[in-house]
Formats: sequence, structure tokens, C-alpha cells
Amino acid sequence: MTPYRRDGLEAHPDRDFPDYKSTRLRHPKEPLVVLRDPETELTQPVLGAGPIGPLDDNLTRQHPGEPIGERIIVTGQVRDGNGIPLSDQLLEIWQANAAGRYAQAEDAHPAPLDPNFSGVGRCLTDDRGFYRFTTIKPGPYPWRNHDKAWRPAHIHFSLFGTAFVSRLITQMYFPGDPLFPYDPVMKSVQDDAARRRMVASFDLDATEDQWATGYRWDIVLRGPEKTLFEDESGMQS
Amino acid sequence: MSVQRLTPSQTLGPFYGFALPYEDDSIIVRDGDLHVTGSVYDGAGQLVPDALIEILQPDGRGRFHAEGFHGFGRCSTRPEGHFAFTTVKPGPVAEGEAPHLAVIVHARGLLLHLHTRMYFADETEANATDLVLNAVPEQRRHTLIGEATEDGVRFDIRLQGENETVFFDV
Ligand SMILES: [Fe+2]
Repeated sequence: MTPYRRDGLEAHPDRDFPDYKSTRLRHPKEPLVVLRDPETELTQPVLGAGPIGPLDDNLTRQHPGEPIGERIIVTGQVRDGNGIPLSDQLLEIWQANAAGRYAQAEDAHPAPLDPNFSGVGRCLTDDRGFYRFTTIKPGPYPWRNHDKAWRPAHIHFSLFGTAFVSRLITQMYFPGDPLFPYDPVMKSVQDDAARRRMVASFDLDATEDQWATGYRWDIVLRGPEKTLFEDESGMQS
Repeated sequence: MSVQRLTPSQTLGPFYGFALPYEDDSIIVRDGDLHVTGSVYDGAGQLVPDALIEILQPDGRGRFHAEGFHGFGRCSTRPEGHFAFTTVKPGPVAEGEAPHLAVIVHARGLLLHLHTRMYFADETEANATDLVLNAVPEQRRHTLIGEATEDGVRFDIRLQGENETVFFDV
């Protein structure tokens, strides 16, 4: 088994982050037990989730009408920590509608539901590791963490990578959101540069004339330590 | 090709229930004879009704990626904090390893998911020599061993506090 890289793992948040109140009773207090290069966790899960439907990557076409909101394209490349593009990667995304309301019964935010928007998407990366979703820009929404708590607009992302240890669930944010300084979830990532890596950029190349603005968001998943071959050639064949 | 910095993790939040579950997601093996059930508890002993459990395992002979076998399953603990998988008992992955399931716990309030494992109570001999179990302090080892039930195994996960489940830095 090729060991997986451990450098850069400090980019992840601490599980104990008191400003985000729900972490209080949900983080282990005992030390984690170190497990090095375990075969099971270094295996790549093969997902039994079935084929991706033709409309799964277009969240604006899943209902008879158009959802309300700012139509956007979100695209980017998925690579591992060695810079190798990851093809055939399953991405699952979910998000609130333009008014900041999730299509889930428990969401009690008194903002309108949109009958034309479910807010769930799936796709596979192409042979160069690129994904692309068409959706609408989600609205910010309130939560009960503290007084006047509002989450900055975000899209939830789930990816698997090349091993169980590469698993990532995260959130993509939009550039220039004024709520960033007040959001403990985002601030749980304490390194500035790491926090910026969760923010997409406006992308003119991904923007479509008379149709949708484009955002670029690249994702990097934990990868194996480099093999000798890759070190020598500096390239992936 | 150059070194790339990792995208940080964030919680899956409270509202994933309309998105991440899929049909038969908790059936790792259809008509499998092993039923793994359990509950997730927080540090106050309350059920965690918004966690998501994911399992990766080899087939009955210890093989990953065998023909027709994917070995991955997912189960939300919504709405009450319980999960249930249908599968088969895995074989040992390598000589000297005890059979186990690799388990990931995601939850609202968990900014970075947790890795744990479930071992089997009827594998006393293999468990006694398993390197991973032996790296766990003896008094905590029991938190990784599923409890036999009438039709399977019960594996409760305690995120914090008394009998806190052993989680791995992997
Ligand atoms: Fe959210």
C-alpha cells in the first residue's frame, strides 16, 4: 500500500471550536489513536450509487419551470495533493434556494420554497478532472448559533478521492460575502490561505453570454505520497 | 505537477437529508445475512439525529473490488439517531488482521469527519493479535467491538464522554 501524504492536514478545522456551539458535545475528548497506512482505509471506495442522470448536473432543469434566482455555472478541477487531476470522481452537491431555504422539511426559515428547485446535484469529473454544475446562487440563511447568526451563501460538496482517507465534505463560498467575518463555521478554518481556498472566484471563461455568470472552484484531495517514477519524470504519463 | 494544498473540511450541516441519502444506500450486500445496527450519541448522552454513517469493507473473503461487490454503504441517522446496514461479514484483509468494517462518522457540529472501525465479538483469537486493536489502550478496546444481537451486530458510536468510541488519526 502506498502511504498517503500527511502534510497539509493542518488546513482542516479543529473539531473542538467553541464559537460553533454544536461542536461542544460532538467532538471526541480522548486522543485519536494513530493508524499508519492501514490497508482498509487506503482502499478506494467503489460507489454503488448507480448512474448519474442526465439532469443531475443542471439544478435549474430538474422541474417543469425555471427556479428563481441568479443562474450560475460552477466549475473547477479536482486534483490530489500531488497535482494529479482526478477523473471519474463523484461529486455530490446540495444547497439552499435563492431565498436561503433548503428543500428539507426541518428547515423552518420563513423564506419561500421554490417549487422549481430541489438544490441537489451530482456529476462525475471528466478525463481532465473537471466538474461543471449549472445552478442558481444560494441565499444566505439564519441559524441559531448566536444572536443575528447568518451563514454566508454556500454550496455543500462531497467527494471521495482515491482512498477512504481522501474523503472530503466541505462548503464552497462566494467571493466578497460580507458575512465571512461573522461565520464560525468558515472561521473554524484558522489559516487565512486555507480559508481562501474555500472561496470560489468569478470566472469570465466559465461565464456564458446572456445566460449565466461563472464561478471557478478547484478542489484538492489528499493523495498518496509520490512514487519514485513521478518524482523522476515530473509528469504523469 | 506540483504540490497542491488541501481543500479544508466543513461540516455537512443540518440539512443534508434531502441530498445525500440514496435508494438502498445502507444495503452493502443485498440479502446479506449481517445486520449492523447502532445509535450515535453526543457527550451528553443524547442521540445524534443528524449524523451520516459511511462504511467501507471487503467481501466475505477479504477482497475489495471483487466482481459485483462494491463494499460501500451510507446511512443517515435521521430522524432519531439510529442507523442500520445490511451486509455480509467481511473476511480478513491481510494475514494476521481481524475482520472489521471501516466506518466514517459525519454530523452537524462535526467540522471534520471521524474514522473508526467495527470489529466482531466472535473473533476473540484474531482480535487478540490484530495490530490496530493492540494499538488501542486495552480499557478502550471494547468500544470498537460490535455486540452480538439476534440477527447481527450492534455498534453504538459515542462521540464524546463516558465510553467514548475510539477514533483514528489515519
Ligand atoms: Fe448549508
